[in-house]
Amino acid sequence: MAATGSSTEPEEGTAPRAARKPREQDAAGLGARRALAFVAPGLLVVALFLVLPALWTLYLGSTDYRLTGIPAVDPQFVGVDNLTDALGDDGFLNSLWLTLLFVVGSAVLGQAIGGFALAWWMRERTGPLRAVLESLVMLAWILPSSVVAFLWIAYLDRDDGTLNALLHTPGAAWLLDHPMLSLIVFNIWRGTAFSMMLYSAALGNVPRSHLETARLAGAGPLQQLRDVVFPAIRGHVLTNLLLISLWTFNDFTPFLITAGGPDGRSETLPVFIYQTALGSGQLGYGAALSFLMLLINLVVAVVYLRLLGRKRKEERVDEASPARGRQAGAEREVDA
Amino acid sequence: MPDIALSRLGKVYPGGVRALDALELHVAEGEFFALLGPSGCGKSTLLRTIAGLETPDAGSVSVGDRDVTALPPGERGLAMVFQDYALFPHMTVEENIAYPLKLRKVARRQRSESAARTAAELGLEDLTSRRPAQLSGGQQQRAALARAVAARPDVLLLDEPLSNLDARLRLEARTFLKKFQRELDVTTVFVTHDQAEALALADRIAVMEDGRIRQVGTPAEVFRRPTSTFVASFIGSTPMNLLPAELAEGAVLAADCRLPLPSGAQGQAAGGGEFVYGIRPEYLRWSASPLPDALAGTVSVVENLGSAQLVTMECAGRTVQVVVSEDHDPAPGEPGWAAPRSDRALIYRDGVLVGAEESRVPA
Repeated sequence: MAATGSSTEPEEGTAPRAARKPREQDAAGLGARRALAFVAPGLLVVALFLVLPALWTLYLGSTDYRLTGIPAVDPQFVGVDNLTDALGDDGFLNSLWLTLLFVVGSAVLGQAIGGFALAWWMRERTGPLRAVLESLVMLAWILPSSVVAFLWIAYLDRDDGTLNALLHTPGAAWLLDHPMLSLIVFNIWRGTAFSMMLYSAALGNVPRSHLETARLAGAGPLQQLRDVVFPAIRGHVLTNLLLISLWTFNDFTPFLITAGGPDGRSETLPVFIYQTALGSGQLGYGAALSFLMLLINLVVAVVYLRLLGRKRKEERVDEASPARGRQAGAEREVDA
Repeated sequence: MPDIALSRLGKVYPGGVRALDALELHVAEGEFFALLGPSGCGKSTLLRTIAGLETPDAGSVSVGDRDVTALPPGERGLAMVFQDYALFPHMTVEENIAYPLKLRKVARRQRSESAARTAAELGLEDLTSRRPAQLSGGQQQRAALARAVAARPDVLLLDEPLSNLDARLRLEARTFLKKFQRELDVTTVFVTHDQAEALALADRIAVMEDGRIRQVGTPAEVFRRPTSTFVASFIGSTPMNLLPAELAEGAVLAADCRLPLPSGAQGQAAGGGEFVYGIRPEYLRWSASPLPDALAGTVSVVENLGSAQLVTMECAGRTVQVVVSEDHDPAPGEPGWAAPRSDRALIYRDGVLVGAEESRVPA
């Protein structure tokens, strides 16, 4: 029974801890040098393909390097000029705003809430309807980006599009008139499966008896969600939000559908950077923008991880004292 | 304190398992009632149906003079303690106890006063600010009880109340639970698979098998006069000796021994059928020297029970168990005699107690 806290970590002692420390930290008994040898190949790969390019981007971002012209041959160091330019660049600010819309609309509101709703609905259902729905949602997720992009272009096509045929709105140019809305709906359709699966697993861990206790006390569905389900799956919700917001933030599939158009109205940050760096050849400026994007990613990740960390800490505080609690309890029970 | 009445209650699970079979039951006001049976007998389904967590396919559930069959669980005026206690881990003990009151929109001050009072009744007054994970098993159980009774339910339901406690704690909790139920005077139904628990706690017991109630009675009735061989073999820490028997003039022939006809079966044992002679190991008197009207055999196993010993005897190819006081000292291989108390011996015809008509369960 986990509730009794039998899995309590050893309390932070003083003397015995010092004696135990080396063995605890070196569970495999390899010694620092050999352990390092095992980790080295991995670290090398990470350094080569992750750290080095990142540093290279940082360097490029501080130059006026271009694809063509004199700066292509002889790039000049410009310091933080690229970054300050970016902050005054309407195109960049616009793409930042569109990315925010995209992340909040499709990931946080669409995928997370939609995925949870699906998981909740499926919780105690079996049968063909569930199987069909589940397969469709999964299919949207596992198809390659290029395929789904083509599907959606065909679906939303002005003249022969399926949606126009369904809605009897021939000639409605969805991708031209509502590019961001189209992308948001597309991305909800595309990515909900992940949230659905994650929440299905999480909901399986919510003890039935807790839900039933709430029901017996008179809790309606919303109160059950608030008082039982969300507290129990809070960690899953945070992990889910972290992953899907980062994925959506960095998603390049919109380019395959609208290419940022029309007139930059669906130019999310990854698309904008691509257009800047490779479309108009401003590699230095593009690198600086990439660096800003990385920073935003980091901030988002740190915020979520701190929220998650606070939750863990609460749990640990809960479990740190049962030893004391149990002792007092034992005495009490003897008294009783 | 209202009573509970179940009428023609039926439940079939998808797949055709008949969990409840036209079940009739009445639990009196303030009674401590046990649903006892092996796993899969439908006792948990029955409890959950009373709670409203399962919907019966047929029949009705009444609490007091209200038919609650169609009511959702929250409106039935009952509370349930689950086997795992189901304390909400993110709430303190006080918040847990006050939770049903919170749902009823009781004002915050009143709520915490009420929770504190209930916690004090259950000896949890020093623990109200703890989280459930910081409580011992027994404390968790009492916190769950406190939450259940804080809202003053009409009926209290307990699902396997003692099974999550370790053996020593279980005895204490059992005594505590019985005292608590008496003080609270609330109609209580609990489910258990442990016959000792049912005998110890309950005012009355319903023994269930395959979705039916086989016998309802006080612990003494169920222990002394099980109306069927199923109940006889299910009740008792050492199962009842059940020996195939033949009836002769005023006597019973079992395991090649001639035994007096049990007093309850006198004059009723006529007619054909398969007869079984039943006697509990506790109601056999042991002797190392020959006794008249006794089962005779050879000791094969001696198990020490502390203040007594359980002796297993081979009698003409049948196994008979006898509880022997510590004054005797039987050893394996020795001959032994066991005389039944004829007012406690029972005769079953085709699995049904002979002479049980007066205490028969309403079908």
